[in-house]
Amino acid sequence: MRHIISVLMENEPGALSRVVGLFSQRNYNIDSLTVAPTEDQSLSRLTLTTSGDDARIEQITKHLNKIIDVVKLVDLTEGAHIERELMLIKVKAVGAQRAEVKRSVDIFRGSVVDLTANVFTIQLTGTGDKLDAFIAALGDNVVLEVARTGVSGISRGEKTLAL
Amino acid sequence: MDQLSGGEMLTRALHDEGVEIIFGYPGGAVLHIYDAIFHQDKVEHILVRHEQAATHAADGYARATGKPGVVLVTSGPGATNAITGIATAYMDSIPMIVISGQVESRMIGTDGFQETDMVGISRPVVKHSFMVQEAKDIPCIVKKAFHIATTGRPGPVVIDIPKDATDPKVKQTYEYPNEMKLRSYAVPTKGHSGQIKKAVDALLTAKRPMIYTGGGVIQGNGSEQLIELTRKLGFPITNTLMGLGAYPASDKQFLGMLGMHGTYEANMAMHYCDVLLCIGARFDDRVTNSDTSKFCPDATILHVDIDPASISKTVTADVPIVGSVAPVIEEMIDQIGKSDKKVDEQALEVWWNQIEQWREKDCLRVNPSAEGIIMPQDAVKAVFEITKGEAYVSSDVGQHQMFAAQYYGFDKPRRWINSGGLGTMGFGFPAAMGVQFAYPEATSVCITGEGSFLMNQQEFATCMQYQLPIKIICLNNEALGMVKQWQDMQYGGRHSHSTYSESLPDFTKLAEAYGHVGIKIEKADELYPKLEEAFAMKDKLVFVDVLVDPNEHVYPMAIKGGAMKDMVLSKTERT
Repeated sequence: MRHIISVLMENEPGALSRVVGLFSQRNYNIDSLTVAPTEDQSLSRLTLTTSGDDARIEQITKHLNKIIDVVKLVDLTEGAHIERELMLIKVKAVGAQRAEVKRSVDIFRGSVVDLTANVFTIQLTGTGDKLDAFIAALGDNVVLEVARTGVSGISRGEKTLAL
Repeated sequence: MDQLSGGEMLTRALHDEGVEIIFGYPGGAVLHIYDAIFHQDKVEHILVRHEQAATHAADGYARATGKPGVVLVTSGPGATNAITGIATAYMDSIPMIVISGQVESRMIGTDGFQETDMVGISRPVVKHSFMVQEAKDIPCIVKKAFHIATTGRPGPVVIDIPKDATDPKVKQTYEYPNEMKLRSYAVPTKGHSGQIKKAVDALLTAKRPMIYTGGGVIQGNGSEQLIELTRKLGFPITNTLMGLGAYPASDKQFLGMLGMHGTYEANMAMHYCDVLLCIGARFDDRVTNSDTSKFCPDATILHVDIDPASISKTVTADVPIVGSVAPVIEEMIDQIGKSDKKVDEQALEVWWNQIEQWREKDCLRVNPSAEGIIMPQDAVKAVFEITKGEAYVSSDVGQHQMFAAQYYGFDKPRRWINSGGLGTMGFGFPAAMGVQFAYPEATSVCITGEGSFLMNQQEFATCMQYQLPIKIICLNNEALGMVKQWQDMQYGGRHSHSTYSESLPDFTKLAEAYGHVGIKIEKADELYPKLEEAFAMKDKLVFVDVLVDPNEHVYPMAIKGGAMKDMVLSKTERT
């Protein structure tokens, strides 16, 4: 099963490599990874998606917690949560295609953020599934380039991942 | 407040941390530090002859004393040579601080002379690592490093120091922090009382109980508590290779080591037990055998460990208890005393009768050898008798290691010094040096094989420089015995690159070339007199080259893919 794990860690050189290294060292997979500083400049928040059965996920969270730079973590998929991913996508848009693509963008509530005579650059936010669906809707022969941020997430309600 | 350079801060901080001895090898990137060492007399530096040996010596020192071992190496090859020793300490959870020099900060990333990314290359085999950015950070980093290395599940910590951070011309105020806070590092101590109660209930309702303990009891200084608990319960107990000595081998409740080369009775009792109390061990594949689904099929598993990640990693625990072993066992003893349940003595008697039947198999009996040929087991037994079981015994890796573990009965913790997790050949000799530095008056024995010994023989020179009277007992079978044994058993006897008898050195002459004493034992009737002669030379290093039966195998041996009850007992017998 797919899990989204958010990690608060020391904003120090080497911290990210320890987390990523753990995954390769122990043969765990990372499907996506996103990391940036938080409102507290001494902390970074890293969110990754991985998959595995309960025993594997338990080992992953235990080993992450063992990393000295890791301050706190949460498996967001254990409770109600919001997940978002941002995608910038360049698609071929010529002639009649332009209106067709624009309609798809509107249906998915994306926006065209740049254009040339032949190309639209579209910004789209949502769950990973939604972004996948958008790419599928456009079709392979239209898509020129995809840049996705990887999943970020936060729990619903009053629960927080903070010190 | 003293004004110190980075190099001076480092040596001062080591002293403030209580370090008396460090093992190292100089080089360009650490010259400022070595100059600072030259100017002080608080911390003694031991010059080894290879950085790997520095780490093993520090490791042996740490295992024997419980104090962290400290290593100082230069950048590049100095750092990479230390990696094997760091990994060895990591796998066995040994507290160690490795200080490595680094090229100047402005040179980092330019592929400078003797530059290597030490923090990167050591990352998978350290508990944590630090890269010093500025000299003023050194005291605080040293404080943190020792705290991390020695608490919780211990392990090695690397401190990488760029050369400019130790510049003798740059002096700054030195202050050693009394305490420091690491918001991201909490050390578990006591176990959860509710979980301990569950474990106690299971123990007191057991019909066929078994206690299985590992290196965690030794690292966690829980031996006394373990003895009290085991005797109070009257249960059988086994130790892992790493845990030998935590419970006295001479005690009747002790069934010997378990696992791949464990005793018949220990492995049978493990397989058929109904409640298994595991303390400070990690269900390693050399214990469980490769297929964990066949492991202890009837047992309720109670697992005490300070590292939550060790629990339910390979074998799922029914009652997990996270905590330091000593306080957890103390609380167990306390709760047993207060419990309304009592040990089922009747069932226990039936269980012990069964175990005694297994014991009667006498799985460690040594087959008499052909006329005059020395059996390696007999050599270990002789060393045990001559040293009265009181020596610190380090070993390398292979058949001799298993013979030492099986036939040298350890009654005390921290006496058996071996690389169990990583299985590092070349570990034993430098580790014995670390032991001898820690306890100059003690008997430090290295039981080795000629293959392993050749991997760190250069330390003969260190032993001469510091006059270390180590006794090296080399069980010389003129082959890589364990490799050869597997080739005999699983590869049709094809000894692919495991023999080299025509090219072995004359070890007695080799020892003599360094100024030590060499003794060769070729016949069985010389074994005792010549070993006694060796151990009588209290102030000399003696290398004893014991020519042993080259065809002997280590038994019992687990059958790959089987359960713990499945063992090869001799060349002709299986369970």
